[in-house]
Amino acid sequence: MQLTLWTYEGPPHIGAMRVATAMHGLHYVLHAPQGDTYADLLFTMIERRDARPPVTYTTFQARDLGGDTAELFKAAAREAYERFSPQAMIVGASCTAELLQDDPGGLAKALDLPCPVIALELPAYQKKENWGASETFYRLVRGLAGARRHRPQRDRKSCNILGPTALGFRCRDDIREIEKLLAALGVAVNVIAPYGASPQDLTRLGDADFNVVLYPEIALTAAQWLERAHGQPHTRIVPIGVGATRDFVAEVARLADIDPAATLSAESSRLPWYSRSVDSTYLTGKRVFIFGDATHALAAARIAQDELGFKVVGLGTYSREFARDIRAAAESYGVEALVTDDYLEVEAKVAELQPELVLGTQMERHIAKRLGVPCAVISAPVHVQDFPARYSPQMGFEGANVIFDSWVHPLMMGLEEHLLTMFRDDVEFHDGAAPSHLGGKQAPAPVPAAPVQSDIIVAWADEAEKELKKIPFFVRGKARRNTEKFAAERGVATITVETLYDAKAHFAR
Amino acid sequence: MNALAPLPTLANGVGQCGAREIVQERGQREVFCGLTGIVWLHRKIQDAFFLVVGSRTCAHLIQSAAGVMIFAEPRFATAILEDRDLAGIADIDDELDAVVDRLLARRPEIKLLFLVGSCPSEVIKIDLSRAAARQSRVHAPRVRVLSYSGSGIETTFTQGEDACLAALVPTLPQEASNAPHSLLVVGALADVVEDQFARLFDALGIAPVRFLPMRRAADLPAIGPNASFLLAQPFLGDTAHALQERGARRIEAPFPLGAEGTTLWLRAAADAFGVTQERFDAVTAPARARAEQALTHYRATLAGKRIFLFPDSQLEPALARFLAREAAMEIVEIGTPYLHRRHMASELELLPQDAPIVEGQHVENQLDRCRAARPDLVLCGLGLANPLEAEGFTTKWSIELLFSPIQGYDQAGDLAELFARPLNRRARLEV
Repeated sequence: MQLTLWTYEGPPHIGAMRVATAMHGLHYVLHAPQGDTYADLLFTMIERRDARPPVTYTTFQARDLGGDTAELFKAAAREAYERFSPQAMIVGASCTAELLQDDPGGLAKALDLPCPVIALELPAYQKKENWGASETFYRLVRGLAGARRHRPQRDRKSCNILGPTALGFRCRDDIREIEKLLAALGVAVNVIAPYGASPQDLTRLGDADFNVVLYPEIALTAAQWLERAHGQPHTRIVPIGVGATRDFVAEVARLADIDPAATLSAESSRLPWYSRSVDSTYLTGKRVFIFGDATHALAAARIAQDELGFKVVGLGTYSREFARDIRAAAESYGVEALVTDDYLEVEAKVAELQPELVLGTQMERHIAKRLGVPCAVISAPVHVQDFPARYSPQMGFEGANVIFDSWVHPLMMGLEEHLLTMFRDDVEFHDGAAPSHLGGKQAPAPVPAAPVQSDIIVAWADEAEKELKKIPFFVRGKARRNTEKFAAERGVATITVETLYDAKAHFAR
Repeated sequence: MNALAPLPTLANGVGQCGAREIVQERGQREVFCGLTGIVWLHRKIQDAFFLVVGSRTCAHLIQSAAGVMIFAEPRFATAILEDRDLAGIADIDDELDAVVDRLLARRPEIKLLFLVGSCPSEVIKIDLSRAAARQSRVHAPRVRVLSYSGSGIETTFTQGEDACLAALVPTLPQEASNAPHSLLVVGALADVVEDQFARLFDALGIAPVRFLPMRRAADLPAIGPNASFLLAQPFLGDTAHALQERGARRIEAPFPLGAEGTTLWLRAAADAFGVTQERFDAVTAPARARAEQALTHYRATLAGKRIFLFPDSQLEPALARFLAREAAMEIVEIGTPYLHRRHMASELELLPQDAPIVEGQHVENQLDRCRAARPDLVLCGLGLANPLEAEGFTTKWSIELLFSPIQGYDQAGDLAELFARPLNRRARLEV
């Protein structure tokens, strides 16, 4: 039993819905109690979809439990087929229906519907949303892609784009950006799936020469199967950030056996220059905490360190399936990986690390707001703001532009930060004032006293305490902790102004 | 599930007979489960905490229905059942006790904890009432622990509040047998509305007046044979029953929506407490006039417009009565997840006789009827609203009616405005 305030991921059948809703011509019959239809609003409200998800729920109630819930499922499946005439159906159970053991797959098979029916086994008490999406997509691909076929040698190689789903973080725009990139390289796109694909389209997956895996959380399992069954290699690099996009272009060029030089030289991102321009100097070494799904967190860490000159002080993910990748990356940044789906644990970590910028999900946005730290959202779980009206990809060269803007914008502007460091007592321009371009009115919530290790017991002299207040609030917590650690290690009982500056020199970057 | 044929439309003349015809429909129900009530209850009782014992779906539902992450630290959480709990590897009682200990240690200000049952906890038959009794003994006197079910198997949306309040009733203090005649107003209301009603009752000379749910866990209203109660919400069947078991008498009335509804509701209480007509008129006249005035603004927009109400909260018949009688709207269909015949009796008398009532739901057939009827306005849940808008319908999302102050005289205009706004908006937009 796990105590949960907020969850990063829904149950696995929500993942299945993300796949089904992204597609057309597919219908999902879900054995689920009354109330589980709440999931529809995720798509119609958060993503502002203009149609209901293609899901029929059995919505059984107490009175049905005494009777025949299996019969209820069969009637729902039959009716769904008649009403929607899908090209294919997926069937499964939500958490409660799983306990009833009605076997939706077997029941649907017995109905002998005139379309392919794919049964999903999504263990709701073990697995979560992304796993559910991945498993659903894999089952669909496996069930519909058919046998390996002969692919004629063509001048123009073609690929499938795999992974974008409904409710995904910026999937809609990433697809467009990657299509542009592939077109520039001269690679044809065979099928994009699941986003916008039909079951019919999935039968054509095997026609492509290779697969582009945009979101490994969703598409890696399917891509690995396609590699085995259809001999299609797949990309490993997720093109988020300038460096990763360049690597991706090179990787695709290798798979398509073409020369990437023209595409790379036509690279259009402003990020490299914006980052080098002198006004960005103040970004140097900004302490950044990163948490999200594995794909976006890994990409963010690379951009933060290599392309913006930040310092990664924390890196984590709720995607346990990719914990190994995150741990390896964290090690390379010299930090400890945080692999958890406990929001409280993430909050404690942010409070402890006192970063100057948080890159996270909507949960971390919330944590950061509470702690008064600037934040940009880089990953699902999403809310309505993560579906902007404007074109706003994360991937490709344009994605890098978007990332530069959206990460730098929440920060104090360079000159302002300098002035704040020099003059802290100006009435309008004091510590508590928010960045002036962000409204500049209310002070961010005071950073709560960091959970200082209880073994450090040192006193602060009044003068030292006053001196500490002259340090800008966004680094004050860190300075306090460092000084106390420094004092404790040296057995200094009372921190003086001298100790403060000794510690400063000791910890100088 | 049966495949009911689509109902005849209004034009075909349903419900012309004297005894009102109520159509019952079965099929997919596009409604929330009772857990959703936690979204407003956890704000109403300020030192209560709601711990759902359920699955990841339950946690996801509440956080989604609440609008993801509006509240920094919500007073609700989910104890998520895992494989080891189901397989019997972990002892559910021990696990649950540990979760509660952790929670109460983290939130020392909590005085009342509800263990809320869910679909999975009911299917695997976790006895939460026993767990609540055990934990109450452990944590007394600091925290009281109660339990109720908010599962979709047992409860539809607002019935979760009913189950919660019904669980509170046995814990209400007993009034002395010679206590004066008291009034208990039952059903969660916005604080501002509650304060308005308290002032009106005071001016009418009705005292003491108490409210359930209370704002603080310690302020449990007393109850006994000298108490009368007035339902402020139509979905409180079990709570009313539990109160009657404690000897309290229900005052029959329509619900306080709109000027007329509020007057009839207050009047029913006034009659039970022997308030004269003169005094009643003197006290309520200014507020009634204000309500009338406010309603006038919106009547022009709403009059003659046709509305289709999808089932959601059980408020639908009372809303339809308000919209028909005070806003001159035409009612195409009144869907309601459940119709409490007795508690709705006064409402049904006031409703236009030709307004068809459908209890239960088959969402696809209902959508077919809605599309065929082409109403000017559709009241529906969040899962249906944008898709219907995209089809060209104008919609009002129903959950807002539970989150907004809509009862009483001074909210009558606001209630009308909630329905007028989507029509106004559509009229304004030129894109």
